[in-house]
Amino acid sequence: MTLNILPIVKKEFRQIRRDKRALGILIFLPAFMLLLVGYALNFDVKHLKLAVYDEDRSSRSRELVASMTQSDYFGLALALDSKAQIDRVLENGDAHLALVIPSDFSRKLDSGNEATVQVIIDGSNSNSATTAGGYMAQAILAYSTRVQAEWLEQRGRAFTIPLDIRPRLLYNPELKTAKYLVPGLFGLILMIATVISTSLSIVREKEMGTMEQLKTSPLRAEEIIIGKTIPYLIIALFSSTLVLILGWLLFDVSVRGDLLLLYSAILLFLIAGLAQGMLISSVAETQQVAYLMSVFSSLLPAFLLSGFIFPIQSMPVALQVFSNLMATKFFLSILRSIILKGVGFEAVWEQFVYLIIFAVVVLGISSARLKKELSR
Amino acid sequence: MGTNNTNGYAVTVEGLTKRFGSFVAVDNMSFNVKRGEVFGFLGPNGAGKSTTIRMLCGLLDPTAGSAVVGGYQVGKESDLVKANIGYMSQRFSLYEDLTVEQNINFYGGVYGLEGARLRERKEWAVLMAGLRGKEAMLTHNLSGGWKQRLALGCAILHEPSIVFLDEPTGGVDPVSRRNFWDLIYTLSHSGITVFVTTHYMDEAEHCNTIGFIYSGKLIALGSPTELKHRLDRYQIYEVQCEKPVDAMELLQQQSWVRETSIFGSSFHVSTGESEEAKPNIRRVLERGRMTAERIDRIVPSLEDVFIHLIAEVDQGAGKT
Repeated sequence: MTLNILPIVKKEFRQIRRDKRALGILIFLPAFMLLLVGYALNFDVKHLKLAVYDEDRSSRSRELVASMTQSDYFGLALALDSKAQIDRVLENGDAHLALVIPSDFSRKLDSGNEATVQVIIDGSNSNSATTAGGYMAQAILAYSTRVQAEWLEQRGRAFTIPLDIRPRLLYNPELKTAKYLVPGLFGLILMIATVISTSLSIVREKEMGTMEQLKTSPLRAEEIIIGKTIPYLIIALFSSTLVLILGWLLFDVSVRGDLLLLYSAILLFLIAGLAQGMLISSVAETQQVAYLMSVFSSLLPAFLLSGFIFPIQSMPVALQVFSNLMATKFFLSILRSIILKGVGFEAVWEQFVYLIIFAVVVLGISSARLKKELSR
Repeated sequence: MGTNNTNGYAVTVEGLTKRFGSFVAVDNMSFNVKRGEVFGFLGPNGAGKSTTIRMLCGLLDPTAGSAVVGGYQVGKESDLVKANIGYMSQRFSLYEDLTVEQNINFYGGVYGLEGARLRERKEWAVLMAGLRGKEAMLTHNLSGGWKQRLALGCAILHEPSIVFLDEPTGGVDPVSRRNFWDLIYTLSHSGITVFVTTHYMDEAEHCNTIGFIYSGKLIALGSPTELKHRLDRYQIYEVQCEKPVDAMELLQQQSWVRETSIFGSSFHVSTGESEEAKPNIRRVLERGRMTAERIDRIVPSLEDVFIHLIAEVDQGAGKT
């Protein structure tokens, strides 16, 4: 028996083409999200505004400040005249952090004693405050190492550091947020194109009464289901390709691994998403309900529990276990491995197996349910 | 036509029953529909009209009983039933965001029409719906009457032998309703069986056969004339007076009055006697200090018949 799916596929494309909103959601929203996430969602902390209250005003203190402002991380925003000014500049945001160098700073250093400096950080943004504190500690440590080396050399003794750390960052050496997020964005984009669009398009026909008309026609349930999902599959593949190209052009994220392997992962994930959309449409009777169910079952977990932004390792154990129910989690791990690391199938086969199980199970349940509903 | 022996009937229904939990929507219904006739399914809202039609079209499985549609068993030979019927509901089931032609193309494709046959049927549907020159118009922008005719065209694009119309004239203006019934006659004359549900009495008069259903049961079956003859033993009077509700109440207390029912500004009284009841009615009203402006003996309408039938069923239910 041949499947009569062409009429529905054609009709679906015509409806999508006429519905500017759907078209926007399917094609332009992914590109827009990529730009937004790529440019705005940036965890790199750079050019922190540093305020300095230097009571010492010595060559030593100037040296310390210079060693900090030479890096990309800090910019000298303000030189303060009194301690009282510190609160004010932090409060109104003129500075992110303040460094206080006491008047006995250079005297203590030159006499071989321990000198103290004070760092005050605006902690209202915990993320950048943590990073700023880290940078500051590193800068101060580097400077004190230099001072110690000088001091020892003057006394004719060699200076060695017992442990020398030389980290080498693989895959994303500049630690660019975009490189990390662009692959992760796929999960979200494909979820929108599959779960939400499929469930809405099926439930819309229920609402309009056209589904009833199709049910009295000789079309079989599988013809309706396949006919209605194929267009979204094609569009989702197209918009994934668009995101890949944009990610490469704008954020320099190129696919290091095998494209075929990448697309087979995408296809598997798409099937799982379409099945999830079908499952929702077999339960929901109105588009509103379908939309809410889609968002809560796909988009939110994909955003929060997939490791897209928030690392799964630092979640409570219960959530970590729960996150294993999210196909997106495994999909993202495959994507990052293939796109950033360029690994082959042998490195990601476990996640593939999981994706296949997920897709088969959800597809099985949803097509059984939907078939029962449609062939009545 | 299928393999089942149906003795020239387009639809045969035997003991058809549908239960939703403890609610019996369709109760042991049996009837036949002749080939090529216009069969009207009448009854108040919630009587089970749509449930029956949905079972006959394969949208719902019957709880018990059987039905043969176009020679094929409903439920067992669903695919064959579906290929041989057309179905149109009150909701018109068109894609409002597609043009007239795209809708026709879609339903043509669904029913497997292609090439010359599709072109020919498309031409026919456009002409039939009076939409020539409007093929590229969005369906959304069509008026109700046009949508209705286009929906009918799409439903019978594949030239089925039976077409089911579930309240097809709901929400359409009177002129469009009239035109639509002309279409139904044209279909019937060309040999197509038309199974239509409605609650408009004037539409019922247009049917060859009427099945009247009330709380899930078929309580009368016959042509409009046959049904009206059921009231031959009674006399129906139309009474016009000032306080019709009070007057009806008063008359209802008389032993010789069977039923009273309101019809616009007047009301109808049916009596069980064969003798002239005009003077009796006038006397009762005068005793109640009311004067009748007009009392006319009338030929019963279908509505009188149905009110009578419903009263009989309700009284029967009251006794047991």
